[in-house]
Amino acid sequence: MNIRRFPMTRGISLLVLTYLYVPVVVLVGYSFNANRTATVWSHVSLDWYGRILVNPSIQAAAKNSLVLALCAATAATAIALLAALATSQAFPRRRAVEAVLNMPLILPEIVVAVATLMLFVALGVQLGLGAMILAHTAFCIPFAYLPIRARLEGMNQSYGEAAQDLYANRFRSFRRVTLPLLWPGIMAGFTLAFVTSLDDFLTSFFLSGPGTTTLPVYIFSSIKAGITPEINAISTVMLVISVLLVSLSFILGRLRR
Amino acid sequence: MTDSSVVSITAVSKSFGRGTAAIRVLEDVSVEIGRREFFTLLGPSGCGKTTLLRLIAGFETADQGRIAIEGQDVTQTPPYHRPVNTVFQSYALFPHLTVEQNVGFALEEQRLPADKIRTRVGEALEMVRMQSFARRRPAELSGGQQQRVALARALAPRPKVLLLDEPLSALDLKLRKEMQIELKLLQAEAGITFLFVTHDQEEALTLSDRVAVMQGGRILQIGAPHDIYEAPTHRFVADFIGDINLIEAEALPGNTLQLAGGATLSVPHDARGKVTLAIRPERARIAAAGAGHLQARVVHTAYLGTALLHKLALADGGTFLLRQSNLDASPLAMGSSVGVSLPAENLRVLVQ
Amino acid sequence: MTDRPALRRLGLLTPALATIAVLIGVPLALMFWISLLQKGDSGGVDWASAPSLGNYIRLVWEEDFDGTMIVNTSYLIILLRSVLQAAVTTGLCLLFGLPVALWMAGLSRGQREIMLLLITIPFWTNLLVRNYAWLIILREDGWLSQLVNSLSPVGPVQLLYNDLAVAIGLTYSFLPFMILPLYTVFEKFDWRLLEAAHDLGAPRRRALRRVVIPIAMPGIAAGSLLVFIPCLGAFVTPALLGGGKTLMLGNVIQMQFAASRNWPFGAALSVVLLALMLVVMVAMAIWRNRRVK
Repeated sequence: MNIRRFPMTRGISLLVLTYLYVPVVVLVGYSFNANRTATVWSHVSLDWYGRILVNPSIQAAAKNSLVLALCAATAATAIALLAALATSQAFPRRRAVEAVLNMPLILPEIVVAVATLMLFVALGVQLGLGAMILAHTAFCIPFAYLPIRARLEGMNQSYGEAAQDLYANRFRSFRRVTLPLLWPGIMAGFTLAFVTSLDDFLTSFFLSGPGTTTLPVYIFSSIKAGITPEINAISTVMLVISVLLVSLSFILGRLRR
Repeated sequence: MTDSSVVSITAVSKSFGRGTAAIRVLEDVSVEIGRREFFTLLGPSGCGKTTLLRLIAGFETADQGRIAIEGQDVTQTPPYHRPVNTVFQSYALFPHLTVEQNVGFALEEQRLPADKIRTRVGEALEMVRMQSFARRRPAELSGGQQQRVALARALAPRPKVLLLDEPLSALDLKLRKEMQIELKLLQAEAGITFLFVTHDQEEALTLSDRVAVMQGGRILQIGAPHDIYEAPTHRFVADFIGDINLIEAEALPGNTLQLAGGATLSVPHDARGKVTLAIRPERARIAAAGAGHLQARVVHTAYLGTALLHKLALADGGTFLLRQSNLDASPLAMGSSVGVSLPAENLRVLVQ
Repeated sequence: MTDRPALRRLGLLTPALATIAVLIGVPLALMFWISLLQKGDSGGVDWASAPSLGNYIRLVWEEDFDGTMIVNTSYLIILLRSVLQAAVTTGLCLLFGLPVALWMAGLSRGQREIMLLLITIPFWTNLLVRNYAWLIILREDGWLSQLVNSLSPVGPVQLLYNDLAVAIGLTYSFLPFMILPLYTVFEKFDWRLLEAAHDLGAPRRRALRRVVIPIAMPGIAAGSLLVFIPCLGAFVTPALLGGGKTLMLGNVIQMQFAASRNWPFGAALSVVLLALMLVVMVAMAIWRNRRVK
C-alpha cells in the first residue's frame, strides 16, 4: 500500500481538471467555428479572427487596454520596487506596512471601484484613461511587490556589503549588484501587474469614460448584447496573452538565484 | 615584529538593540595590529569577534571609541572609503558576474584604466592559481575554488588590511588544512596584514603571529600562540584552548602551594588564598602508585596513534587527563592505581 | 554609516503608502461618509443633506403609504443569498479541492510542478472570459443543455440563470484559492503520522478524519477565507450566469451606480459588504488564536 495514495482522490482530481479545462477548450474551439450562431458547429474557419482584426472598436479598446496596462504596471512596479527595498530588512511595524501594501488583494474589488468612482466624481476628475491608470496602479502594487520581495528574500544580504567593501558607494552598489540580481524579480512583478491590469474588468467598467473602453469592458457589453463567435475569438486572444505572460513571469521568477 | 601599527582600536564599545533589550557585544576593546602581522581573533560564537571585524570593515558603527587605519581615523568612514577588504564567510561572490569581473569589481570602482585592471586581475588570479577559471561564474565553481576567488577579489585592490571572517568554516577538513597552508603562504607573498576571525583554536594557533582570545565582548589575552597555549592568564583561555587540567589549591606563604589531597608543591607565585593550577595533559607525568602529587585510578585509555590519552579518576572525585607519548608509554591496566607528578615548571597559577 | 536608515526607509515607502492611502484609503473613507447622506435630485450625492442612518434603515424597513415602517425583505434576501451562495461555493471548493490537494501531495516532484501549473493557469486568465465560457456551455442551445435535456425524465431543464449556474461559475472562479493553501499544508505533511495512525489501528478513512484533516485545519481555514470573501463581493458571475432573479450583493451595488443612480444607498450596501467581510475575518482570527492556545 502506498501511504500517500487515498482512494478516489485520483478520480476526483481528474474530474476537477476536466471541469477546469473543458470550458477553455469549448471557448477556443468555437472561436474557429464558421457558423454565425456561437454554439452550432459547422466547419473550421479563421473568419472571426479576421473580423476582430478589422473591427475599429476592438482596435480602439485593445489600444486602450495596452496603454492602460503599460502605464499602470510601470508605475506599480516602480513604486513596489522602492517599497520592497525598504521592507527587505526587519524594522518595527514591518508586518503592518506589508498588510497595507497587500490590502488591494483582500478588499472586494467592486467596493474599491465604486468608492474610487465617487471620489473621482466628487473631486471632478475626468473619467477615462487617466482615472483608470490611477486606480489600476493602486491595485497592481501587491502583484508587482510580491515577486520582487520574494527575490530580495532569497538574496544574500552580504552582496551589498561586499560591494561596499570593494569601494562601491550606496548608489553604485545598487546599480552594479542589487539591480542586476533583482532584475528577474522586477520583470516578473511587472509582468504580473501587466496581466492583472490587462484582465481587469470591474474597475475599468466603473471608471471608463465615453470612448475609453477597454477590451474586457467591450467583451462584457458585447455579451450583454448577444453572443457571437467574435467574442470567442477576442476571448481566446486574451486567454493566450494571459497564459503566455504568466508563464513568462514564472520563468523569470525561477531564474538563477 | 612590527614597525608600527596598521590597525589601532581604542576603547571601542558596541551594543545592539535599544533600551532594556540592548545587548552589549563589545565592551571597551583596545588592540593594536602590526604591519604584516597575521592576527587572529579567537573565541566562541557570540564573543564579539565578528562584530569587531565588521566595525573595522565599516559595516557597523561603534557606539564609543576610535578606530584608526594607518593612523587615519576611520570611525565614521563608510566601508567604501576604507582601505580594507573582506573575505566573507559565505564568500558573497556576485553570482551575475564572472570570476574575473568579480575580481575586477573594486578596481573598476577605483576607476583604474582597463589595461591596468586586466593585469591586476591576472596577478590576483595567478596568486590563488585560478587563472584558468577567469570566465566561469561562481555557481560553476567548487567551494574551495570559490574561496580562492573570494581571496583574489579581496586582495586585488591591495588593501592595507585583509579581513577574513571564518573563511574556512564552510570547507571540509582536508581542504581546510590545505587552505590554511595556502593562506599563510599568500600572506607572505602579498606582504599585507591579515586579520582573521575564527572559533577554531587549532586553526588560530597554526596560522597566527598573534592571537587575541575573546569572551563576552572583551579581549582576555593577546599573545603569540605559544604564550596563549603555554601561559594562559585566564581560566577561560586555558580551558578554551586545548585540553587542560584545572586543580584547586591553597596558596601558602613562601612559594608553596597545597593541593586538596595534602601534597605540597614549590612554585613561585604571589597569590594568596584559593588559586587554580593549570597543567596540560602532556605536561604531567605518571608516577608509581603512592608517589607523585596526586593519587588516581585509571578509568580509560584512548589510543590516539602517536600518543595515549589516559583518563584518570582522582581520589577527591575529579577527573584528570594525562597524555603520554607512544614511545615512553607503559601499558596501564584499567582500574589500576597510579600516582601523578606535576613538574613545577609546567604548572600555571591562575587567579580565577 | 552617517545616513539614517529609518529616514531612508520612510523615503522608500512613501510612494507606495501614499498611493494606497490616496487611491484606496481616502475613497473608502469618503464612501463611509456618503453612506450617511441622501441622494441628489438628479442622482449623485446631496452634499448638503444631514447625515443619518437612513440608508442602512432602508435595507430592512420601508415607509408604507400611510407613513408606518414595514419590513422589506427584498434586500435581506439578497444579503442572505450572497452569504449562502458564498458558503455553498466554499463548501464545494473544499469538497473537490481537498482530494485534489491530497492527491497532488502524493505525486512525484515533477508531476506536482505540472499539476501546480495546471491549477494556477485558469486563475491568471480573465475572469470574464472564464465565466463567458460557462455561459456558452450552459446555454439552451449549448451541448451540455442538449445532453441533459435528452436524458431528463421531467422534460426540458433550464441550466442557465439560476443559483446552480452561479455556484458552478463561482466554484470555477475560485477553486484554485482553495487548492493552493491545502496543497501547501499537505506538501509539508509528515506521512509517518499516517503510518502511526494505521499502526494504532485506524483504517484509511478513520486516519484521514482523525489525523490528516485536523492537521490540515489551518490550510482549510485559509482556503475557505480566500474563497468566501471574493464570493461575497462577486459581480461578474451572477451578472452573466445568474440572470435577473438571482442577484447578489455585488449586482445590487452596481445597480445603484447605473440605472437607479442612488449613490448613498450603494455606498451603504458597500459598507455592509465590507462589514460582513470583516466579521468573517475577525471570527477566523479568533478561532486561530484559540487553536494556538
